[in-house]
Amino acid sequence: MLRKRSYFKSKTLAYFLVMPQILITATFFYWPAIRGLVASFMRSDPFGLRSTFVWFDNYINLFKDPLYLKSIVITLVFSGSVALLSISAGLFLASMANRALKFTALTRTLLIWPYAIAPAISGILWLFLLHPSYGVVAIWVNRVFGLEWNPLLDSRHAMLMVVLASSWKNISYNFVFFMAGLQAIPKSLIEAAAMDGASPFRRFWTITFPLLSPTMFFVTVMTIIFSFFESFGVIHAVTQGGPGGSTNILVYKVYQDGFIGLNLGSSSAQSVVLMLLIVFITILQFKFVERKVQYTG
Amino acid sequence: MSRFRNICLVLAMLLVFSFAKSSFAKPIEIEWWHAMRGARGETVQKIVDGFNNSQSDYKVVAVYKGEYDEVLNAGIAAVRARKQPHIIQVFEVGTQTMMMSGAIYPVYKLMEDYGYKIDWSRYLQPVLSYYVNEDNKLMSMPFNSSTPVMFYNVDMFEKAGVGRLSKDKPITWDELGEITKKITAMGVKGGMVTAWQSWTQVENYSAIHDLPFATKANGYEGLDTELAINNDKIVNHIATLKKWMDDGNRFFYGGQKYQGPKSEFIAQNAGVYIDSVGAIAKLQSSVKDFKWDAAPLPVESWMSEPQNSIIGGASLWVFAGKSKKEYKGVAAFLKYLASTDVQVLWHKETGYFPITLDAYEKLKKDGYYDEYPYQEVGIKQLTRRNPTKNSRGIRLGYFVQIRNIINEELELVWSGKKTAKEAMDSAVERGNIKLREFEKTFK
Repeated sequence: MLRKRSYFKSKTLAYFLVMPQILITATFFYWPAIRGLVASFMRSDPFGLRSTFVWFDNYINLFKDPLYLKSIVITLVFSGSVALLSISAGLFLASMANRALKFTALTRTLLIWPYAIAPAISGILWLFLLHPSYGVVAIWVNRVFGLEWNPLLDSRHAMLMVVLASSWKNISYNFVFFMAGLQAIPKSLIEAAAMDGASPFRRFWTITFPLLSPTMFFVTVMTIIFSFFESFGVIHAVTQGGPGGSTNILVYKVYQDGFIGLNLGSSSAQSVVLMLLIVFITILQFKFVERKVQYTG
Repeated sequence: MSRFRNICLVLAMLLVFSFAKSSFAKPIEIEWWHAMRGARGETVQKIVDGFNNSQSDYKVVAVYKGEYDEVLNAGIAAVRARKQPHIIQVFEVGTQTMMMSGAIYPVYKLMEDYGYKIDWSRYLQPVLSYYVNEDNKLMSMPFNSSTPVMFYNVDMFEKAGVGRLSKDKPITWDELGEITKKITAMGVKGGMVTAWQSWTQVENYSAIHDLPFATKANGYEGLDTELAINNDKIVNHIATLKKWMDDGNRFFYGGQKYQGPKSEFIAQNAGVYIDSVGAIAKLQSSVKDFKWDAAPLPVESWMSEPQNSIIGGASLWVFAGKSKKEYKGVAAFLKYLASTDVQVLWHKETGYFPITLDAYEKLKKDGYYDEYPYQEVGIKQLTRRNPTKNSRGIRLGYFVQIRNIINEELELVWSGKKTAKEAMDSAVERGNIKLREFEKTFK
């Protein structure tokens, strides 16, 4: 068989063509990352006029700090809850919207909207609902049910509030992907099962759900990364890490210590730990979860 | 053809004029980064315009760079890139960071070097004292200064049979305890709220009662300072507040900042609200359905001669590394800022204190305080005594984080997870770690 292949003899052109991309990645990703890594081994004043190399001092201090360890636990609880809530709600809404007969386009569009809202704004919106002093829902709930809803002092209430605010935004994102995943599932499979007398729940559980697993996997990885980093805006607007540090997730602590507190060494060390943690979690997911994912569909 | 000639003529004229323009001496630009937004920002612009129109050698350009922490960060990044502005506004907790930075031109020296002989004794001492070095020399120019006072709902007080409070003589905390009891007994949701709890209930409480906040004269005399806020008196005060909280909501928590407490006061859920005098403008515009007034912060009954309260706010720092010509302009501008007219305008429009006695006296003479008596409560409280080592200010490294720690620990007291003593001990221990880290950075 005759194969026609065109290729360039010199490699220079190829390098030249990928150059812009490499430059951008190097400037905006590798350079800052390397600077962060270097800074994590230094103790320096905010203005950078005095710096001393201190080996692993910043890291050792971090892991000696009980609050830092607490912050890791808080982050895991937070991300776990956000992932659980936003994935299950996204999946539920997508499977409902997939069956909607009227106003399909409108429903879908409206469900996607929250994703277009910046995290900080979504935080403020939830604050207007749930702040004990001026939150519409909070005041109503306290009055009607006589509840003591007070996220300013009760750490569980505060956690619930930030989880809700972060998940709400992420539900839309997950919804879009589940929607696309659902539409890729051949109708014939489901119809055949229906003819064999399978209940809607059974059809969903034995056909739709397994066929959605690639989407599920992707969405899980993305949600966890989202809740580690993007949720910063929500936390900043809603609780500022309080009360008593109970919603102080890792990325917010990086900001507090580095940007507000100007302790750059410790803050850089925390970013490096955060990066390693997310790399570790993603590797775990690829190693153990991806095996169960069925890509055929 | 004539059209072409016209165009040529216009172009030629433009060319001539543009040359003519550039032959005039351009004013030297002085950059000032600040954190004043909204109404305050407009007043800043008004002041800057006043300076620019008063002479033609310099042109001050005021740039809003975000919140206080954002301005400081922008300044740090600029210094690192050697593109620093001439003047930067830094909040009071950043004082130690700026002083130790090695990137600044001390204001007292700048004014001396450029021939301004300033009688610093004509300034409000409790304001200056926050920004002086160990030799009592002024490092930065005070700009916006405030202090906490106590606002109260006059209608509620009258209904409870308390009446109006004095604007000079503080009530005692015991009396406030009685008042909050009466108010909650009337069916109001809570007695008292406070904004910025660390600043009002720990820092200012210490200053007013002449208690050390930290050793080494609150950090003024050395980086090897340690927190001292776990003393009996502060612990007792915090425990009292917690007791009020558990006793029918006589004190309740509205959040670390001011939004929550303020809205509770405006919604008449609390009869007493402790916050900066900066809150006056907000109360004036948003309270419609009840009368309110201001009084000095309460004092313990054992304190017969309460000290001055301490300030919050920000000061103006001059960065090093600019030319002499530019510094001449900076000095002229700082001189202009401290002039009586500017200070009077600043006080009237923003509620921040005038920094000179001349401006204060002029305001008094003009009858401003007869018209707005509550505007004078803070300034009287601030100047009622000469500052002591405990009340002139607080000079700590990583102070922002230390405040955060105090806030966190107080929240643990309010939610019942720790006793006042446990929380203050832990705040001291955690704060000292930060202080040691800061000390090491400058060794």
